[in-house]
Amino acid sequence: MNLHEFQAKEILGRRGVPVPEGQVAWTPDEAARVAREIRAPRFAVKAQILAGGRGEAGGIHFGATAESVGKLAGSLIGRTLVTSQTGAEGRTVRRVYVEAAVAAAREVYLAILVDRAKGGVALVGTEAGGGDVEARIRADPGLLATLPLEGLRRPDDAALRGFAGRIGLGGAVEAKATALMKALVVTLLELDATLIEINPLVVTEADDLVAVDVKMVLDDNALYRHPDLRALKDDDEADPVELEAQRHDINFVRMDGDIGVVTNGAGLGLATHDMLSDAGGRPANFMDIRTTATSLQIAKGIGLLLSNPKVAVILVNVHGGGMTRCDTIVEALGIAVRRSGRSVPVVFRVAGQNAGQARTMMVDRRIRHERVDGMADAAKRAVALAKGGRG
Amino acid sequence: MAILVSKDTRLVVQGMTGRAGTFYTDQIIDYGTTVVGGVRPGRGGTRHLMLPVFDTVPKAVAETDANASLVFVPAPNAADAMIEAIEAGIGLVVCVTERVPILDMVRVRHALNGSSTRLVGPNSQGLLAPGLAKLGVMSVDDATPGPVGIVSRSASLTSEIVAQATAAGLGQSTTVGIGGDPIHGVGFVDCLRLFMDDPETGAVVLIGEIGGREEEAAAAYLAEAKPEKPVVALVAGRHAPPERRMGHAGALELFGEGGARAKGEALRAAGAHVAPDAAGIVPLLQGALKGRA
Repeated sequence: MNLHEFQAKEILGRRGVPVPEGQVAWTPDEAARVAREIRAPRFAVKAQILAGGRGEAGGIHFGATAESVGKLAGSLIGRTLVTSQTGAEGRTVRRVYVEAAVAAAREVYLAILVDRAKGGVALVGTEAGGGDVEARIRADPGLLATLPLEGLRRPDDAALRGFAGRIGLGGAVEAKATALMKALVVTLLELDATLIEINPLVVTEADDLVAVDVKMVLDDNALYRHPDLRALKDDDEADPVELEAQRHDINFVRMDGDIGVVTNGAGLGLATHDMLSDAGGRPANFMDIRTTATSLQIAKGIGLLLSNPKVAVILVNVHGGGMTRCDTIVEALGIAVRRSGRSVPVVFRVAGQNAGQARTMMVDRRIRHERVDGMADAAKRAVALAKGGRG
Repeated sequence: MAILVSKDTRLVVQGMTGRAGTFYTDQIIDYGTTVVGGVRPGRGGTRHLMLPVFDTVPKAVAETDANASLVFVPAPNAADAMIEAIEAGIGLVVCVTERVPILDMVRVRHALNGSSTRLVGPNSQGLLAPGLAKLGVMSVDDATPGPVGIVSRSASLTSEIVAQATAAGLGQSTTVGIGGDPIHGVGFVDCLRLFMDDPETGAVVLIGEIGGREEEAAAAYLAEAKPEKPVVALVAGRHAPPERRMGHAGALELFGEGGARAKGEALRAAGAHVAPDAAGIVPLLQGALKGRA
């Protein structure tokens, strides 16, 4: 679960990490009022969306007066922001964060994260922080200094001081830096975060540290331990169709093509997409039916495809196994087709557990379909039908 | 022979008395796996599926000489169950549980350091040595003994490839699901090494996907070790939109983590036969095995 900048800053601020004074505003008037309350020489007005790359995309502006802050907020709120991380459809800005702007002497990148390759937690950082740091790290991973934790044990002061020195936080700011890092470690461990990233961490002329932008990601699988954090979940930006599918034990990603795809398992789903795309087709979705999903839940997932007018054909590619048997999929398909009343051609390809029974059921229940027994042939047939429908 | 399991494997099932545990343990016994008991705190001394139930793994080991464990314990307690098995000296622990918190897995990985345990999973379908043992939740209808070793991040795609291989007359030595979570036990490299040392495995199929760095690590291993046995690889997700979560928590392209194309290229450069899609694996496998015969 991604947190908004303002949520992450509130959490870190309460835990002793210095953050600029600021507040959320939903309207231009509110933004101007926040600016008057804060009384800084200069203000930052920042679009609050759950995606990075806002600076380059024009989502962050600066103003010196409450009036200009109000105007800037007005130009951002309601606007669709397309950043390097949002995809082409972008995200609608519903609110802005107004905070005191901070004059930087230097900008450092500091993060704590779960390092999947090492199977552990690590502090990572580089003294050259700022907007393009991700691209620079991607090009040269050696730029990052790391301090791995021993299991979930907190690093000792000597290790933190050594690490601070390696990322340009030694000398006059060393004590402040180690205190800040301790707060990051404790926050990650206590909240089950998988990433807390401060970029930039500003060092001021007066040798103060200020976390000017913060990104925080929480572990969805651990939210059951944190009912209070669950309340921070902002579904405004989530796709309503995807949310609906999730509620029914189906991982669903909406895409903009015309082939509705019904698959079980992430790997089979990805492989089906590759085949469709290679054959010139355009999937309308990615679907991964979890093994625990019931036929009613799967019917909901298929219903989401049938209610999408762009979907010209449905490809069922299911390999039955475990608790997801092929006949369960037919039950679901029957329910969904009856409910929708829409007649969309179905290319039906099943294998594995109860595949034979499922094929018989499709005929017995008079669900209109074309049976194809090979995965590649099924994908090609779905593409041909979709193209025919378009022409 | 197979990898990780043998005819001497004696399995204890942690969480055997639950719904999933009961459903699958029944199938596992039916397949001919030697299951010696179950573990469920508070149920020690009772019987379930006609097997003894123990309160703890050490008790089960003391009473039954169990040397492998399969974990069905729900996510909130799965890590503690794995650690209990590791500390009890169980040589092979397989965990099928989904949605284990990632910091819990950091604890498990820490417990694995210096232990003699090999962990498969979590969020894995488990492992299957056709005709010998099933330690997992996969369908066995299409599996048959033979020379192909399969290591995979995807349960459904593994079943698909097993079915295709069997239909083409190619049986399997062992199939291992390393799990879809970012932090897990044995990885591609561990399994490739085991398959290379297994006299009954003649060729290996590696099924990867977007996200993580394990396909790259496998490529580095292959380039270095230059094993004689052919490796056929598939990396799913060439057309997945970047920065979107596609099912598995691990399947996120972030921070330079490889895309499917880059992974495929790395494996090809290291000498693997890279299949263009899921239908291309078995033909490559047939060609590679014929070339050697």
